[in-house]
Amino acid sequence: MLSYLQSYLGGDALTPGQAGNQLWALIYILVIFAGVSVVVMAMNWIERKALAHMQVRLGPMRVGPHGLLQPIADALKLMLKEDIIPARADSFVFWIAPLIGLLSAFTVYIVIPFGPTQAVTDMNIGILFMLGVSSLSVLGVVMAGWASNSNYPLIGALRSSAQMVSYEVAMGLAVVSAVLMTSVGGIGMYDVAGDGIGTLSMIGIVQAQQAQHVWFLFKFFPLGLIAFFIFAVAMIAETNRAPFDLPEAESELTAGFHTEYSGLRWSLFMLAEYAAMVAVSSIAVTLWLGGWLRPFPNALAGPTWDFIFSLFPGLTFLALGAIGMFGFVRMPAHPFFRVQKLGLGGFAAVLALIGVLLLAIPFAARGHEGTILAGFAAGLSAVYWFIAKVAVFMYLYIWYRATFPRYRFDQLMSVGWKVLLPIALAVLIATAAVGVLIPVIQVWFKGRAG
Amino acid sequence: MTPIATPFFFYLLAGTMIIGGVLVITRRNAVHSALALIVALLAQAGMYLMLYAPFVAAVQIILYAGGIMVLFLFVIMLVNLERAQKERQFNRIWPVGLLSAFALGLLFVGVYSKGKTLLPSEMMQIPESSNTQEIARYLYGNYMFAFEIASLLLLVAIIGAVVMAKKRI
Repeated sequence: MLSYLQSYLGGDALTPGQAGNQLWALIYILVIFAGVSVVVMAMNWIERKALAHMQVRLGPMRVGPHGLLQPIADALKLMLKEDIIPARADSFVFWIAPLIGLLSAFTVYIVIPFGPTQAVTDMNIGILFMLGVSSLSVLGVVMAGWASNSNYPLIGALRSSAQMVSYEVAMGLAVVSAVLMTSVGGIGMYDVAGDGIGTLSMIGIVQAQQAQHVWFLFKFFPLGLIAFFIFAVAMIAETNRAPFDLPEAESELTAGFHTEYSGLRWSLFMLAEYAAMVAVSSIAVTLWLGGWLRPFPNALAGPTWDFIFSLFPGLTFLALGAIGMFGFVRMPAHPFFRVQKLGLGGFAAVLALIGVLLLAIPFAARGHEGTILAGFAAGLSAVYWFIAKVAVFMYLYIWYRATFPRYRFDQLMSVGWKVLLPIALAVLIATAAVGVLIPVIQVWFKGRAG
Repeated sequence: MTPIATPFFFYLLAGTMIIGGVLVITRRNAVHSALALIVALLAQAGMYLMLYAPFVAAVQIILYAGGIMVLFLFVIMLVNLERAQKERQFNRIWPVGLLSAFALGLLFVGVYSKGKTLLPSEMMQIPESSNTQEIARYLYGNYMFAFEIASLLLLVAIIGAVVMAKKRI
């Protein structure tokens, strides 16, 4: 048993899926499932808190210090709530709709590369798999809206299907232009790939960015930037978030497609929505922002820089602990706040302890290259940078929601078809043309020089 | 690594496909039919994976399950289902169906009896890692002309749809 566990760790640098190690694959799946669930709960709190502060409110303050226990209270409330299925609803479709949404949102996680080997598996069609499975989530929305047998959910479902199909086109074209960048030689001295064969594998895409010494966001400036922008807009429409949250527009459709849902089923929809948000953000990070790569992996190469950048996870947790301590110190010294104060202090202490632990790992691993511990430290650093990049996107989601007013449906459609789609097509053609032309020009210049 | 293309998965996927296909034509409710069709299409994608054609499987999921079926559901929800459920089918198309089923059955019998001589005995070995590249090479190399003809056909269809749907151009 132990040797089976260690055989993967000591082996080649492969994901568990590639190595055919089912036990480690299962462990990775469980870790990812637990991690995503925790992230969804944390997002629930952060979203309410950040939105409140942007609107000069306090947000949740009652349950736990600064409302930290609010997501747990909400989850308990949702579990205890009565689970209603409307009498005229199609009960089987009503029952299975949230499960389909949840399933498609969580299935995509098996190809997300959190690190060079920190993915459940690596498929040679990785990005296509992600797009395909996440496009199935619209079925859950449509089924939920139809099965409710009610007017508002039906309109929400119709809007959702039209919106998702429209934005998927622009999204797909933007993704293709990034996939093209994995194959075309690159600028000047960066022609590392050489054979000119691209890849669809998520890990391969990040490795191509490492080999070409550039995030695809900045490649063929500004083509990569425009493609990224199109994807960033389309992914908000795909996840039904503000300002494109027309399928669940509160002021028009009560709650849109999940109006008739209550209790645990409703919470499954929320879980699926947030999990899908994290998933599409990871696609964006993988395709354009270098995935797990730390900043400047080539310009600032070498073990010393690796060591310095691997200190960031611990420092982040220490900073979070310091913020918690700040709140602990600032809390009034009234007996009424005693329990809350103790709780916040304990939470800050736990965060700081995690920070110290994460700081200790790179120090312990320094100078022991090739050991399991060193591999663990490197993996930790990679996963940290991936999560940090995804976190930026999650914050942007909240920021958009607080900033932009909701679009009208005809505006949404015209933006999708008449603005994003033509630009995406133009970027795709331009990327292909530049990729073909640059090697030709290089050869021509070399010919003139020699 | 042990192959995943075991008989168990074949029968599982084939059974799912057949059950889904039967449900499509037996359900009176059009939305239920569409959902059964989605199940059948997903099982078909699994079948492509078993044939070591991951690219085709992914495209099957993206285009059929994620794209076309959503449009189907969209249209089904727009039309009035209550009336359609009560209406009797008015066209007598079953002789054609019977004939095509008979032809298909004949084909099955033919493959079953002569399959060993007609079909290659071993599976073609294409490296799974370069499957997508091979498809691209065939599509844009050997079969470039056919590919372009097909895309031209699609373009004509799109223009036709726009002309018919838009009142004033």
